[in-house]
Amino acid sequence: MVKISQEEILKLANLARLKLSKEELVEFSSELSTILDYVSHLDKIDVEGLEPTYQVTGLKNVTRDDVKMDYKVDKELLMSNLPESKDGQIKVMRMIG
Amino acid sequence: MKSWDNIAKIALSVNDGTKSALDLVNESLSRIEDAKEYNAIISITKERAIERAQLIDDGVKAGKNMGRLAGVPFIAKDNFLTFGSETTAASNILKGFNAPYQASAIEKLEAEGAICVAKANLDAFAHGASTENSDFMVTKNPHDKTRVPGGSSGGSASSVVLGLAPFSLGTDTGGSIRQPASFSGCVGLKPTYGLVSRSGVVAMASSLDCIGPMTKTVGEASLILDIMSGRDLLDSTTIEKDTLGYVSLDSDLKGKKIGLVKEYFDDSLNKDIKESIENLIIKLKAAGAEIVDISLPILPSALAVYYILCPAEVSSNLSRYDGQRFGYSFDKATDLKESYSESRARGFGKEAKRRIIIGTYVLSSGYYDAYYKKAQLVRTKIVKDFENAFKTVDFLLGPVAPTQAFKIGEKSNDPLAMYLSDVMTVAPNLAGIPSITIPIDMKNELPVAVQLMAAQKQDRSLLGAARKIEELS
Repeated sequence: MVKISQEEILKLANLARLKLSKEELVEFSSELSTILDYVSHLDKIDVEGLEPTYQVTGLKNVTRDDVKMDYKVDKELLMSNLPESKDGQIKVMRMIG
Repeated sequence: MKSWDNIAKIALSVNDGTKSALDLVNESLSRIEDAKEYNAIISITKERAIERAQLIDDGVKAGKNMGRLAGVPFIAKDNFLTFGSETTAASNILKGFNAPYQASAIEKLEAEGAICVAKANLDAFAHGASTENSDFMVTKNPHDKTRVPGGSSGGSASSVVLGLAPFSLGTDTGGSIRQPASFSGCVGLKPTYGLVSRSGVVAMASSLDCIGPMTKTVGEASLILDIMSGRDLLDSTTIEKDTLGYVSLDSDLKGKKIGLVKEYFDDSLNKDIKESIENLIIKLKAAGAEIVDISLPILPSALAVYYILCPAEVSSNLSRYDGQRFGYSFDKATDLKESYSESRARGFGKEAKRRIIIGTYVLSSGYYDAYYKKAQLVRTKIVKDFENAFKTVDFLLGPVAPTQAFKIGEKSNDPLAMYLSDVMTVAPNLAGIPSITIPIDMKNELPVAVQLMAAQKQDRSLLGAARKIEELS
C-alpha cells in the first residue's frame, strides 16, 4: 500500500497554494493513500504500443479568422467582481519583493 | 409533483397567443416557492425572467414568431454563467459572483425564446454524486425526502421531477447528469463530447465535461439538444451537429443490435434494478431488437482512470480561484502568497481541496508517468474497446448505477464509497461517447432507469432508440 505522509501532503498543498488545517492534513494523508491504493491496479494493465488519449474529438489546430469578435462581456459586471481595483484596473499585492 | 405540457406545445401556445410567457414564468416561480423544502434551487432570476417574458409576449402581440422555446421556463445548474443572479457553482469561493457574460448554451436557448427562471443546486464545482457536497445545502430526492437526488446535477434533476420548470440543464463529467436522472426519475442526456459548447460553464475536468438537458421525455431532450448543439467559436473543442438535427427521430428497433454490458451486470448490481432491466429486455426483443451479451473487459478499470484524470484536470482548472480577480478574497493577507493560500483555504470546501491534492500529486514530477500518463494510456484502451464494441452492436445497454437513490448521509464520510457511485457512468465520458438515462420502472417507490450508449456522434440514433425504450416502459 502506498503511504502518503503528512509532510508530503503539506508539500503538495504548498505547490497548490492551498493552506490546510492540521485535521485536513491527517485526513487527506490517510484518504490519499486509500485512493492511490484503489487506482494502483492500473499498473497491471498492458498498454504496450498505445498512445495516450489527451482528448477525444480528433480535432487538430482549430483556428478562426483573425478578426475582432464581440464577446458580449459586460465590463461593469466584470469590474463588480474585483476584490480590489484602482482606476479601472485589478489591484493585487506586490509580486516582486 | 406538478406537470407541464410538452415543451414544443408550450412554445406553440405562446406563439399563437393562447398562453402568455409571463403566466408561465409566474407559474414556475410560484412552484419553486412552494417546493423550497427540497433545497433544489440556489437562486431565482425573477426580475430578468419577467422582463424577458414581457418582451416575448410583446413580440407575439406584434405578430412575430418568438422561437421554438418561446416562453418556456427552464432552470440551469448553478455552474452555468447566467445574467440575472449570482453564479456560485454551489461553492463559497464563488458566492456573490456576477457573471459578466452568459454560457453559449444559455445564449442559444434564449435566442429561441426560453427563459431561465432559477439556478439549481449541485455538489460544489460538480464534485460529487449526491448533491451533499454543496457548500450551501443538501437537495432532497423528490420521491423520498430522506434520500439523495443523486449528483452532481441533483438540483436540476429534482427540479424537473418536481415540475418546477419544463426542463433543466446539467453537466456531466463522470455521470453527473445520468446518475441523478436515474435517482430522481427523469431523462438525462450526456451528448457526444464537444457537441454542446462548454463556453461559460464552470470548468471541472475539461477533457470530460459535457452539457446536456434533463427533461420528462426523450423527445423534449432531443429538442433542447437540437438547439444547444453545434460549433461555437468560443469553445474550440466543439463539433458540428448532425446534418439532420435531433428532432425527427427514427425509433424503429427492428434489426438493431443492442449489447448488454456484461461487466455492469455483476453481483454488485441491485436485484430490483436487474429485474426491471430483464423485463425491458423482453419488450425490446418483442419490438424487433436483437439482444446480445457483450464484454468490455477494460470497464472495471475506468473508475480508477477517472479518479486520476479528473482530479488532475480539476487541480489545474481550480487554480484560477486565487482571490485576486473574482470570488472570495482574504483581505488580511500580508503578502501575495498568503492571499492565495488563505483565500483558497477559506473558499474551497473539503472535496475541492481533496481533489486539488490528489490532482497535484498525480501531476507532480516523479509521479506523472506512474499515474497521469498511465491513466491516459489506459484511457486509449477504453476508447478502443468501445470502438470495437460498436463494430458489432448499434447500442450498449446497462444500469446507470449499482443501486437506487441512497440515504442522505449514507456515504458522505467515505470519499471512495461516493466515488464508486460513478462506476457505471464514467466510461462514456472517458471515451467521449453519448449516453442517455431513461426511467423504466418504479421499485420500492423509487425510480429505476437504464443507460443507453452509442458510438461518438451517433446521438441522433441514440435518441431514437431511447424514445422506443421510453414507449415500451
